[in-house]
Parts: sequence; C-alpha cells; structure tokens
Amino acid sequence: MTSKYSNITIHGYRRENGRVGVRNHVIILPVDDISNAACEAVANNVKGTMAIPHAYGRLQFGEDLDVHFRTIIGTGANANVAAVVVIGIEPGWTKKIADGIRLTGKPVAEFSIEQKGDFETIRAASWAAKDFVHHATEMQREECSINELWISTKCGESDTTTGLGSCPTVGNMYDKLLPEGITGFFGETSEITGAEHICQTRAINKEVGERWYKMWKSYQDDVIFAHQTDDLSDSQPTKGNIEGGLTTIEEKALGNLEKIGRTSQFIDILEPAEAPGQGNGLYFMDSSSAAAECVTLMAAGGAVIHTFPTGQGNVVGNPIVPVIKITANPRTVRTMNEHVDVDVSGILRREQTIDEAGDALIEMIRRTANGRNTAAEALGHREFSMTKLYRSA
Amino acid sequence: MPDPKPIPNEIPQLLVHDHEDNVGVVVVEGLTAGTDMLCCITHDNSTFRLTAGADVPIGHKIALRDLKAGETATKYGEDIGKIVADIPQGAHVHTHNCKTKRW
Repeated sequence: MTSKYSNITIHGYRRENGRVGVRNHVIILPVDDISNAACEAVANNVKGTMAIPHAYGRLQFGEDLDVHFRTIIGTGANANVAAVVVIGIEPGWTKKIADGIRLTGKPVAEFSIEQKGDFETIRAASWAAKDFVHHATEMQREECSINELWISTKCGESDTTTGLGSCPTVGNMYDKLLPEGITGFFGETSEITGAEHICQTRAINKEVGERWYKMWKSYQDDVIFAHQTDDLSDSQPTKGNIEGGLTTIEEKALGNLEKIGRTSQFIDILEPAEAPGQGNGLYFMDSSSAAAECVTLMAAGGAVIHTFPTGQGNVVGNPIVPVIKITANPRTVRTMNEHVDVDVSGILRREQTIDEAGDALIEMIRRTANGRNTAAEALGHREFSMTKLYRSA
Repeated sequence: MPDPKPIPNEIPQLLVHDHEDNVGVVVVEGLTAGTDMLCCITHDNSTFRLTAGADVPIGHKIALRDLKAGETATKYGEDIGKIVADIPQGAHVHTHNCKTKRW
C-alpha cells in the first residue's frame, strides 16, 4: 500500500553493511576515561575528526560492563559514523571494541597507550585519523528511501504542553512512517509508570506485552523501590516538570506515551544500547529517562535521527546523531527559540492539527537527513553520557 | 480517527484532553483570576466556558468542578493521582493539593 509518505527520499551515506547514515563523522573513541586526553589530542591534530570523551570503562564487570561495551561499540558502528579510531589504555578491551565495530565493515584503527605513552599513541593515531578524513570526505550522499531511516524518540523537560502537542506530533510521525518501513525506538522505563497498563497493550502480541511488563516491574522493584529514600517527588517528575505544571509521574507518563501515537505497536524489547534484531518496526529500549543517557543509548542501538519533544526547553544534543527539538510551549518558543527546530505551538491555539504538526516533523526529518544541521548541532551540544548500572569493582 | 477540525476565530485559554477529565491545562501566558476562559476538549474540539479562580501559570492545571480530598484526579481519561485537599471549581491544581499514588 502506498501513501503520500511512500515516495519521500533522502540523500544519505550508504555504509559498507547497507545501513544508511545522515552524517559522516570520523570519531576518535576512547575505551576508557583515562584515554580521553589522547583522543582529544588526536582530534585537535586532525581537523574533521571528533573525540567522544566519557567518564567510564575501568573495572566494570557483569551486566554493567556489557552495557559499556555495547554503548561504545554501538556508537562506533552507528551509520552516521564513517570511520573510527579507538584508543584505550591496554590492548585487550581496545581490540574487543575495535573488532566489534569492524563487523560493520567500516574502517577502524586501534591504539593502546601502555608501553608507549600518550605521545607515541597520539602520533600513530593521528596518521590513521588523517587517512580516515581523506576517506570520509570523498564519500558521496546517495538517494535513499525515507524508510531506511532508524528514528528514535525521547522527550525532556516535559510539561503539560508536551502531552498536548509535541509528543502527539512525534506519535503522528511514527503512525505515518512505521507503516512505510522505518525502524523506531522509544523507551524511558521509569517514565512509563502510570501508563504501564496502556503501554503493555501497545505490544504487537501478548507474549511481547508480558515480557515488557516483566521488564518494567523489575525496574520498579530492583531500582526504584530498592534505592528510594523519599517519594521521588523532586526527581520524577523533575523540578522543571513541576515548574511546567506536571504534578505526578502518572500525568507525566501519560503524556510521554503519546510519542507512539494512536496505532503504532512495538515488536520487541531491547536491552540498553542493543541494536534491533527483528527487522523494521518499533522497539522499546529499556533505558534511563535522563536525556543525554537515553539519546546516547538509542544512538548506540543504531538510531541516526532523534526526535526530541520538550516543554520547558531541554537543550540536549548528541555527538553523532542530530537531535530535532519540537515544542508546543509558546513561552519556550519565545524565550528559547535558538533551540527549537519544529514549533508546534499552533496546536495549543487550535490553529494547527496534530496531523499537520506530524507532517511538519516529517518534513524536518527529511531536511535533517539531507544535511540541515539541527539547533543542537549548530549550538555545539554533544552530550555523550554512559549509563552506569552499579559501582565498579 | 481523523483529527478534529480546529476552532476558528478564538484562542482557548484552557485545553482538556478528554470528556471524563476533571482538570484542564492553561495554555496561555498571564492568565488572571476572573478570566472567562474558553475551554476546549481536544478529543473532539467541543467547547465550554469556565471562570478562572486564580492567577494560574501556563501549563498548570485548573479544576473543572469542585474536587474533594480523596478523589482521583483524571486527565487523558486516566488516573493521574489523588486529590489531597478540597479544591473549588476554577482553582489551581498542583503539588500542594494533588499527589502521586505510586512512589
């Protein structure tokens, strides 16, 4: 069946594994926190590269280490990345990460610091980075169908206008593009609390719904109830949410879930930073509701564009994935306009329908895929935040 | 379901998601007590009028009828928490008089 969305094309970068990217980054990726300095030095030496420093990667173990590896490998493997220089303190985990990224077929070079020092590592890695820049800058965009995009969503600094306007806008986009064959991600496990009975019914079948509920319940029991010291009334909803008029987690969750629209159903559940394995469709990723952590995990899962509804004005970006900001709050449009990509405040004035707003977002996705820098990109927002499950050894 | 038609000519001050809801959301800046609000139920764009009982900031909620402590606050046609103090129709509903039932 064809619709008016079937023939939308974008110009993206076709990667070695067939996936389509919308950016062409050469990244210098640290395995661990103590390799950040070498990575930043290489990125300073070689223009057109970007270091992605982060806070972890030493003495992690078990499931927490699995999330770390998935996040770093997934970031390098993302189709928005043309080539990767990996630097770690020692060769073992460095090779594990480089080999994980190599499965995509893209150019990867790895370097470790012990027995060489920063100077020698930076010298050798800079040569590799320079070669990768020459390689990447000769790549050409080619015409691809919009259905080849992997598009994620997570909202932030939500208020009551997100549930009325910007989240239903994203939901309308998914209702229109998922049937065309895109791959979608939503998540924010703690932020479904109050709408879990609805979310479970949006699974493709009973089995997936039951697995989803089990995952959500275990988060409640093992994380919230195990660690809470008060009623979470300052954390979830956040102070910003409350300032914006959200009173309870139930109210926030019902607005949040508007992001999957009216008809979309999710086909599987992903671990944090896990890549989809069941073909195109919508996936729920078990993830934090903190903006940078969640966008980082979804980018590691393979999303190449992120749609981000905000009410009070969350300014988050990501180093490798363009983050499109959508707001329906007229005060935020007025006071923070440099952060807004899609203004849907007309919904609140009843001048714009959700259907029209969804089309406006699809048009911004098309333009962003073609190369338009988002507000977050133009403003240099490159927040990369690793999810940490528990203390390191 | 196709989107309802927008209302021409007049901008509403209060939006309500669903007919079952007992709270609505202020969607204009600078709303003052005594304003005769145009209220719109977004589900089908039906409208009604209500007088604001307080100065309420944009994004914050107003009680659509008298609410008693112990009642459930309803928005999106769903349970969003418990009312913990009596709230007269038109008054501000927020963390001082409405609480989560969860954590």
